[in-house]
Amino acid sequence: MFHPASLSRRRLLQALAALGLLPSSSAATAPLTRAIPSSGEALPLVGLGSWITFNVGKDAAARARCAEVMRAFFAAGGRMIDSSPMYGSSQDVIGAGLAHLGRPAALFAADKVWTGSSERGREQLEQSRRRWGVPRFDLLQVHNLLGWEEQLPLLLAMKRAGQLRYVGITTSEGRRHDAIERIMGQHPIDFVQVSYNVLDREVEQRILPLAQRRRIGVIVNRPFRQGELTEALARHPLPPWAAGLGCTSWAQLLLKFVISHPAVTCAVPATSNPLHARENLLAAAAPLPDAALRQRIAEHVGKLA
Amino acid sequence: MSEWWTYRLSDLLMFSAATYYRLFALVNQDVWPLQLMAGIIGLLLLASVLRGKPGPRTAAGLLGLCWAWVGWAYHARRYADIHLAGDYFAAAFVLEAVLLGIAGWRAWLVLPAPAGSVRTGLGLLLAGLLVYLLLAPLAGRPWGQAELFGIAPDPTAIVTFGVLLAGRGRWWLWPVPLLWGVVSAMTLVEMDAGQAWAPLLPVLVALGVLGGRALRRVKVQAATEVRK
Repeated sequence: MFHPASLSRRRLLQALAALGLLPSSSAATAPLTRAIPSSGEALPLVGLGSWITFNVGKDAAARARCAEVMRAFFAAGGRMIDSSPMYGSSQDVIGAGLAHLGRPAALFAADKVWTGSSERGREQLEQSRRRWGVPRFDLLQVHNLLGWEEQLPLLLAMKRAGQLRYVGITTSEGRRHDAIERIMGQHPIDFVQVSYNVLDREVEQRILPLAQRRRIGVIVNRPFRQGELTEALARHPLPPWAAGLGCTSWAQLLLKFVISHPAVTCAVPATSNPLHARENLLAAAAPLPDAALRQRIAEHVGKLA
Repeated sequence: MSEWWTYRLSDLLMFSAATYYRLFALVNQDVWPLQLMAGIIGLLLLASVLRGKPGPRTAAGLLGLCWAWVGWAYHARRYADIHLAGDYFAAAFVLEAVLLGIAGWRAWLVLPAPAGSVRTGLGLLLAGLLVYLLLAPLAGRPWGQAELFGIAPDPTAIVTFGVLLAGRGRWWLWPVPLLWGVVSAMTLVEMDAGQAWAPLLPVLVALGVLGGRALRRVKVQAATEVRK
């Protein structure tokens, strides 16, 4: 079985549990972590995305459900929540949820700048911060490389000034990978965010190896192909060998495939269901598939989806 | 947006079907009991198409009022929360309201018109008033999510097709309702919604009738040229 680069938090919790210093259930539910390459800070391998699922406008009932998703996420040991000013009302909904939950200290707040204008960039980031209701973001990324020549220096300057902790760039659906590689090679970024799932594996060729060489963390969006994979697989039974990985659902098997790649720091699946938020976090648990099992997952899903 | 041509339509759909349909329930709650007034306006438009009373000026004014109301109450107050283009849609609806107001004020709308397509117009008008009302319950969604003329954009656009087809008006009354019908159909297609045909079919019917009229005009002109 493959073991991730850093399982420090889980190992610590297991050791404490073995010494009787923690209830065993805490150790059982603590998600696996992996170190952010540029700092060594441990981050749970599964986070929470907000594309579509958290864009519910002012619908009070839907907002309450999103807050429950966040509650389940934090209760299961989650930390990174990822959003963008492009996601409609998602930032407001996250802010309301955080306020409702008493601003959980575990939060790792990741957002993006999404504008071609340099003046608008700083203004937009401040607006995003107010919407989240956080003193500062942990991570800010240039969304889909929009205006990156202007925005990346702005984010790096903010990091130097202590106004954020990490800087990143994002893409989705395989767009502009050449530019992504160029920026990864030439600029001191901490994270790159890409689309990666069992069927869309282009990033394995160059971007993930480059991230490992350059010590850049990798955030994975669309691990379920925006629900397409889980929907297509729902009518098929989970293969018996998935039980050996501790998987009870297709979503967990798909997530284990993604986070078992050693370059991946955190996958950010989105959900509007609190039970799914918990289920996703449970995928960040040993054992993770080794290379042979990863291949088996890919081949099996390829035949079904 | 950089490399916008690499985006698919699905990449721009930024809300779920559940959120989209809930919006109608929220708007219906917001504006109750204005649905009753919208219903009365719908009946007046029906009377205007059938009997010419109230007259086209009143009909255009009432229709314009509905477009302005939907632009504000639906697009600006609700849809803009979940759709980045919501404010632009609101502006387009207000523009159509202004254009209808001008058409009514200057008597540039004749209703019903001798050369109008009264039957087709009447069919679309009834579809916008009644068929749309039933789409939510027929699809198993609650009545509260029903899309009503004068409250929701699609039935408002379809009733407008009906009125414009039954009468004769300026060409510039058409683009906003037609474009909205296409935008709405594309949104529903991306949502995998079974009712995507509902805004698209009236657009195709309207374009078919308008195309037929244009063709007849060309033929008449050609015949006139030959006689000369």
